[in-house]
Formats: sequence, C-alpha cells, structure tokens
Amino acid sequence: MMIKRITVRRIVDKLVASLALLSVIIAIIPLAGVIIFVTSKGLPAINLEIFTSLPRPPDEIGGGIGNAIQGTLILIGLASMVGLPIGVLSGIYLAEYGNNRFGSLVRFIADTLSGVPSIIMGLFAYVVVVLATRSFSAISGGIALGIMMIPVITRTTEESIKLVPNTIREASMALGVRRWKTIVLIVVSAARSGIITGIMLSIARIAGETAPLLFTAFGSDLWATGLNQPISALPLVIYRYAISPYASWQAQAWGAAFILVSMVLILNIGVRLIARGKYRR
Amino acid sequence: MSMFPHTFLFGKIKPKRARKSLIGDSVFKNLTAIFALSVLVLALAIFYELYSRSQLSINEFGLDFLTGVEWDPVDQIFGALPFIYGTVTSSIIALIIAVPISLGIATYLSELAPKRLRSPLSFMVELLAAVPSVVYGLWGLFVMVPWIRDVLQPFLESTLGFLPFFQGPKFGIGMLSGGVILAIMIIPTISAVSREVMLAVPDTQREAAFALGATRWETIKTAVLRYAATGIFGAIMLGLGRALGETMAVIMVIGNRPQISLSFFEPAYTMSGVIASEYIEATQDLYLSSLIEIGLLLFIVTLMMNIIARLLVWRTMRKFRGAKE
Repeated sequence: MMIKRITVRRIVDKLVASLALLSVIIAIIPLAGVIIFVTSKGLPAINLEIFTSLPRPPDEIGGGIGNAIQGTLILIGLASMVGLPIGVLSGIYLAEYGNNRFGSLVRFIADTLSGVPSIIMGLFAYVVVVLATRSFSAISGGIALGIMMIPVITRTTEESIKLVPNTIREASMALGVRRWKTIVLIVVSAARSGIITGIMLSIARIAGETAPLLFTAFGSDLWATGLNQPISALPLVIYRYAISPYASWQAQAWGAAFILVSMVLILNIGVRLIARGKYRR
Repeated sequence: MSMFPHTFLFGKIKPKRARKSLIGDSVFKNLTAIFALSVLVLALAIFYELYSRSQLSINEFGLDFLTGVEWDPVDQIFGALPFIYGTVTSSIIALIIAVPISLGIATYLSELAPKRLRSPLSFMVELLAAVPSVVYGLWGLFVMVPWIRDVLQPFLESTLGFLPFFQGPKFGIGMLSGGVILAIMIIPTISAVSREVMLAVPDTQREAAFALGATRWETIKTAVLRYAATGIFGAIMLGLGRALGETMAVIMVIGNRPQISLSFFEPAYTMSGVIASEYIEATQDLYLSSLIEIGLLLFIVTLMMNIIARLLVWRTMRKFRGAKE
C-alpha cells in the first residue's frame, strides 16, 4: 500500500515535470516559427534595391523601402531626444534623491506607464501635436515613441546607478568634489554600461512599434523632406503591405519584417552579451 | 558643519566658492526633480487630454456608450459594446491558453531546469516579447490563420462542436485567431514575472517540504506555488493588461467586424483595433470624440490593471524579503 502510493506520487512528479518542459517547448515554437518564416520569406526579398529605392506601385517590378528605413532611423533619433534626457535625469533623481514619498510615486507611475498600451501614447501625441499643427508629422511620431522610452530608461538608469558601490561616491566626496559633480562625473560614468543597456533596449522596443505611428508619422511614399511632414517607417510599411492584396507588396512586407526583426534581435542579443560579462547572475 | 571649527575658518577665507558649489548641488537636485516630476505630469496630461477630447461623446451618449451595440458613423450613433466584447473575449481566450503554459514555464525555469539551461531558456522566452507586434501580425495572417482554419477549427468543431463557441463558418480569421496570437504575446510577460516571484520564495520553504518527504511536485505545489500565489496573480493581471491594449497583431487576424457573436470562429473587433483603423475616417467631431473615448476607457482599464498587479507583485516580494531576513 505504502509502496504503491510512493509510486503514484513519483509518476505524478514525473508527469508534472514533463508538462512543465512541454510548456517551454510550446512557447518556443512560435518564436522559432516567426524567425524561420521571416527569414525564409524575407531573405529572398532582400537585395540592394530594397535598401536604396522608393516604393513602386504593386504592378511594377522592383522598388524598395529605403524611405521606411530612413524614416525609422529618424524617428528613433527624434524619440531619443525626448526620451533620453527625461529618462536619464529622472532615473538619476530616483537613485540619488528618490528615497522618499515623491520618489516612490514617480517610480510607481513610471512602472504603470510602461504597461499602458502603445496606441494610447499615439492617441495622446495625435491630440496634442497633430490636431494642434493640423498635420501628420515625423515630430509627432517621435514624441509618441519618445514617451514610450521614458519609463524603460528611467527604471534601468535608476537600477544601474544603485549598483554603483557607495565607496566610489565617498572617495570622490572625500576629495572635496561636490555631490552633483560626483554624480555627473563619477557615478553616472561608473553606471554607464547599464544606462546604455537600458537605452538600447528601449530603442529595440520602440523600433517595432506600429500603433502609435498610424496617426502621427502616418507613412509616406517619398524620402523624408522635413520633420513637420508625414514620414514612413518600417512597421508601417509591414502593416500596409501585409494587408494589401498584392503578392509583390506582401513579399516586400516579409523583406521589411526581416530587416526589422534583425535590428531588434541584434539589439537584444548584443545587450545581453555586453551585460553578461558585467553582471553575471 | 559646526562640528568642524576649521571649516568656519577656511569658509571665511573663500566664502564665494563654497556658496557656488552648494548652489550647484541644489540646482542639480531640483533639475533632476523637475524631470522626475515630468513623468507624473505626463501621466496626468495623457488622462486630461483624452478626457477633455471625449467630452463631446460623453455628453452625447453618457453611459449608453458602454452598452450601445450600434456603431454607425453615417447616423452618428456610437455604442462601444461590440469592441468591449471583442477586447474582453479575445483577452480571456488568451488567458485560458497562456496561463497554464506560462505557469509551466515559470515552474520549469525556476524549479526544475538544469542550472545551465535556466539562463538561456529564460532569455529565449524573453525574446518572444521583443518581436514587434506587427511581425506577429504578419506571421499570424500568413502562417497561423491558415493553420487555424485547416487544422484547429475542424478539430475543435469535431470535439467541442456541441458548444456554441465552436460552431460557425471556418474562415481562420476571427476571435479564436485573435485570442491565440494574444496568448503568444502575453506568455513572456506572465512567465517572466511569475518566475521572478517564484525565485523570490525563500529556500527554507522548499527545504521544509523536502524534509517532510514531499516529492518535487508536492514541494512546488505546497511550498512554492501556494506561497507565491498573490504574486502570480499579479503576473496574470499584467499579462491581461497587455492583452487588452495590444493592437497590431490582433487587428491583422481578428477580422474587424463590430458584432457580438458567441462563436469564436466569427470575426470580431477590438477597442484598440477600432481606434487604429477608423481614426482616418473620423472627420466629424463626434466620431473622433467617440474613438478617443474608447481610448480613454482603454487607458483607465489598463492603468487599473497595472496598478493592482504591481501592488500584488510588490507585496509578495516584500513578504519574502521579510521572511528571508
């Protein structure tokens, strides 16, 4: 009787362990599926022309998405101009002075903001910028994406500054360096790689955002002419081409997806490799 | 400073310099505080802007907006129930699929996996979250939807077809596809946060269970899962928050038809979906205002979800920290 119960318990144990392993495998299937299909369908569409030329009508052969690549880079630049200063400085505040109620509140709101759907940020930028200027523009898209960068950068900056040992601060202040100079010159510089990791991850996150760009950057078939004009972006092109009925456009959607996924994965894996040497868990 | 008399002496020799540096300190502190404050202002500004822009629709329809089933831009009648139904139902389908799988992943990665595999496997699951949602949409549309149409839907109809959920035309595109793609997208969130909560359970808990002769599963069940339940619930809420607001992947596979149908095979429409695809046609003020009100609802709901979820996770983690000390 006792022996049998032990056997049953062991079988249940093994069963649960294999179910848990099965869950991991099930989760990795879509990841593998996305990477396999994006590569196998996207790679054939990759050639020099796709990087350098403008979109063509669906019935013409050739054409490219050069303007979308250019647009995505411009949007990342604009977003960084919004997200970097606010994110890094708020992060410094939270790490160095934020041990109070106000600090906890900011921390909490930053965390909750990172869970707000991206389309809401787009709607906000639409209402505040697009309706006010009466034009879709690269700037409004950059603002929407920049807002999305803030919570990520704030929290990673805070975390990496907190990792800097106090002895470094004390050594600097013992030499007579003022606190703010200590923070700017010594602490931030010691936390540099962690802060850069956060920035790169936030760029990887916004590079693929589509929803906030639909009603801000809007998309365009031309090269970017000005920051107050609509601008194209890789995710927008993937969306428009994917839902179009034309095979030639759908093929280019896979090509664009291949370029975008490569960018995002390289950023993520790169950050991982850099961080590995520093903070091995 | 009065503890060190010499600072008075030297302070008097170079008073200007000392004051300047002190000013530098307070200027820097206040500067960073202003930027920190801007995060709060931003959250309030988002709420205020969405709220004031949806006034027109709030005044026109009141609470009927939430229960109205008609969405008719021509007659200027806007009721958001079909979208609320689409968002909630597709998110529930996603949770039903994603929760058991995520808990399995979290259990495996925190309790069962060989030490060497834990870190690379966790990273692969986290990579699932890094793939842009429009790419999931593209893959969903051309790879997953045909599979659902040809394999999953016939299978569900033949086994569970007596339920109203699994009857109807098999297009592939529809509520079921929306739920499945959402499940794929929220698995990383739920499993990563659950894993963190489970890792925070003190080892003494596990040791006590093992010492009483429990198997690994019994240990996990009684000492880890029960102990971490609140935090895991928080992780599920975070996943739900993400599912409710997800836009692009769902828009590409759910069919975008504003209807309330019990069948999961039928097309549906989500709140974020209607904002994303109809903003361009919304030239009349009332139409635009109605779309923004849907955005406001989405903002409030996801904010609540996140606040509750963070509080739950935070409370669990704090409990463990107390137990460890």
